[in-house]
Amino acid sequence: MTAADAYDLECTGVSKDFGDFRAVDDVSFRIPSGTFFSILGPSGCGKTTLMRMIAGFEDPSAGEISIKGKSVLSVPPNKRNVKMVFQHLALFPMMNVYENIAYGLRCAGASKDEIARKVADVLERVALPDLARREIHQLSGGQKQRIAIARCMALNPDVLLLDEPLGALDLKLREAMKIELKLLQNQFDTTFVYITHDQSEALVMSDYVAVMNAGRFEQVGRPEELYHAPETAFVAGFVGDSNRWQGRAVDVQGGEVKVETEAGLTVVGTPRGAREITPGAAVEVFIRPEFVTASPLDAAPPQPAAENTVRGKVDGVLFNGANSRVLVRGPAGDLIEADVVVTGGPQDLREGDAVRLDWASAQTMCFAS
Amino acid sequence: MSADAKRLSLILLFAPFALWISLLIILPHIGMVALSLREKVAPRVYEFGFGNYIDFINEPIYWNTLLRTGSMSLLVTVLALLIGFPVAYYIAKIAGKRSRGALFLMCLIPLWVSDLIRAFGWILLLRETGVVSSVLIWSGMTTEGIEFLYNDVTVVVGLVYTVILFMIVPLVSTLDGMGDDMIEAGYNLGGNTLTVLRRIIIPYAMPGIVAGCIVVFMLTAGSYLTPILLGGKNSSWFTEQIYDQFITRFNWESGAAFGILLLAFTSFVVWLGLRLSGQSLANTVAKT
Repeated sequence: MTAADAYDLECTGVSKDFGDFRAVDDVSFRIPSGTFFSILGPSGCGKTTLMRMIAGFEDPSAGEISIKGKSVLSVPPNKRNVKMVFQHLALFPMMNVYENIAYGLRCAGASKDEIARKVADVLERVALPDLARREIHQLSGGQKQRIAIARCMALNPDVLLLDEPLGALDLKLREAMKIELKLLQNQFDTTFVYITHDQSEALVMSDYVAVMNAGRFEQVGRPEELYHAPETAFVAGFVGDSNRWQGRAVDVQGGEVKVETEAGLTVVGTPRGAREITPGAAVEVFIRPEFVTASPLDAAPPQPAAENTVRGKVDGVLFNGANSRVLVRGPAGDLIEADVVVTGGPQDLREGDAVRLDWASAQTMCFAS
Repeated sequence: MSADAKRLSLILLFAPFALWISLLIILPHIGMVALSLREKVAPRVYEFGFGNYIDFINEPIYWNTLLRTGSMSLLVTVLALLIGFPVAYYIAKIAGKRSRGALFLMCLIPLWVSDLIRAFGWILLLRETGVVSSVLIWSGMTTEGIEFLYNDVTVVVGLVYTVILFMIVPLVSTLDGMGDDMIEAGYNLGGNTLTVLRRIIIPYAMPGIVAGCIVVFMLTAGSYLTPILLGGKNSSWFTEQIYDQFITRFNWESGAAFGILLLAFTSFVVWLGLRLSGQSLANTVAKT
């Protein structure tokens, strides 16, 4: 096995212009075999264009796309061994489930017996063995999803592209399908490239996530890297929830930055990202709600003492089971979110309670802006 | 709204339709059937019998005309489909959103002019002293004027031109409902252009194709003006026979029998077409 074989999909310097508008700007990445790779970005960031270039429906203006080490730029879409699950699935309504799956195999010139065997096999693998004779309109949303994947997987693709296929499902089904997709990917052991604007889908399912913004990749990494060690302010803001403040650096020393926010709050944090923070520079500060501890004023302060402490008043309690949160009005009048455990007992924080918020400087991420 | 008011509004809405159907469709047909089953035995003396139908079978020129009308109508239908499908596909799938409306409107414009005027247009173009013939003489490709009228080709061309709109409209509306991702999925799964057309686009558009074909076939087989004006005496169109029996020969009994035969024949062809394409009337009409 050569080094090139280890990557199912490789993009080098890929760009795409639509007139004056640059939809995809110099994107390079490579995906090791058998990984679940997500491209996460807000709508209009160019992720769908990138996927359409990989599938062959658009030609890149510049750059190189290789699959299994071979350039596919001159290969038409129907000859690329890249299959795609469309946003609205695009199952053929005039064919039943069997015919939908058999379509690709017929195009590949498989014999009748082979088609029957492969269709049965792939239906078995998506756990819908009895549905072969069903019509498409008789399937539930989750079943359609699995049939759309089965239709692609029957052809044994090198790479499976998924274009936000969970977008049309209701919340409960979406949660279930997230886990199911991950299991299916494990089972088929094929490289999945998953496009989404939903960060929780990307974080839960992926081995690697690329965060895309305005046509560029901001950062590629494991989900926990993106979450805990974002390289840019965009990634810090887009992945996960954060308290976010604009401010000015007043002091930089010993790997710590002291920032005065626009609202007048002074916080101590650590510099992140490639750009150096100098005193007086504009900075953006991010602190995730789960790293902010909210406690009643009379409780003992945390040991060791946190670098940042703020007193305030509870402005509202956002109850959401295990993910409950309080909104605290700080001394400077700004709202700070902090995760809390709501037990239903008397010690729970309530609206109007005076509280102290503590958080460590190590988790306070400062980016030069 | 009370139940009575609801019923009243239903009756009021339904009344014009019921009147139209019963007075203009059902009643004349009952009359036609009754008329066609009368045999003239002496002046003003009639008796019940199938004589008019037996006459039709015994006279080859009658059923030959019917078969000729049927086969030429099928040819017109096929040509209208072959020409109309690419046009409809272009309008529905390839043209931009803005030009789509304009193109559709351009298809409709010929309908603003009456059948008669359009047929005269063709006559102006194709007669011996017409535009085409004159241009050919002027360019030196021929020395004498050529008569393009009064042959089957002209009749077919004229009919295709008259009815093609009724093929394009249902096709555009079905093709419009097909997402682009359906076609892309067809390619993505390994199909070439021919496979995608044959296995995806045409099956998807089938209700529209069948609906368009039914309308076009019925219109063509029942048309009168175009075959007469462009085909002249040679056109031997079956509607001409019916007109002849009613008006020229004043033989209403025979004319009525021919009318019923034309209806039965075209209905049979449509039924056969539906059977062969595996579509149902409800399916095609409801979907387009």
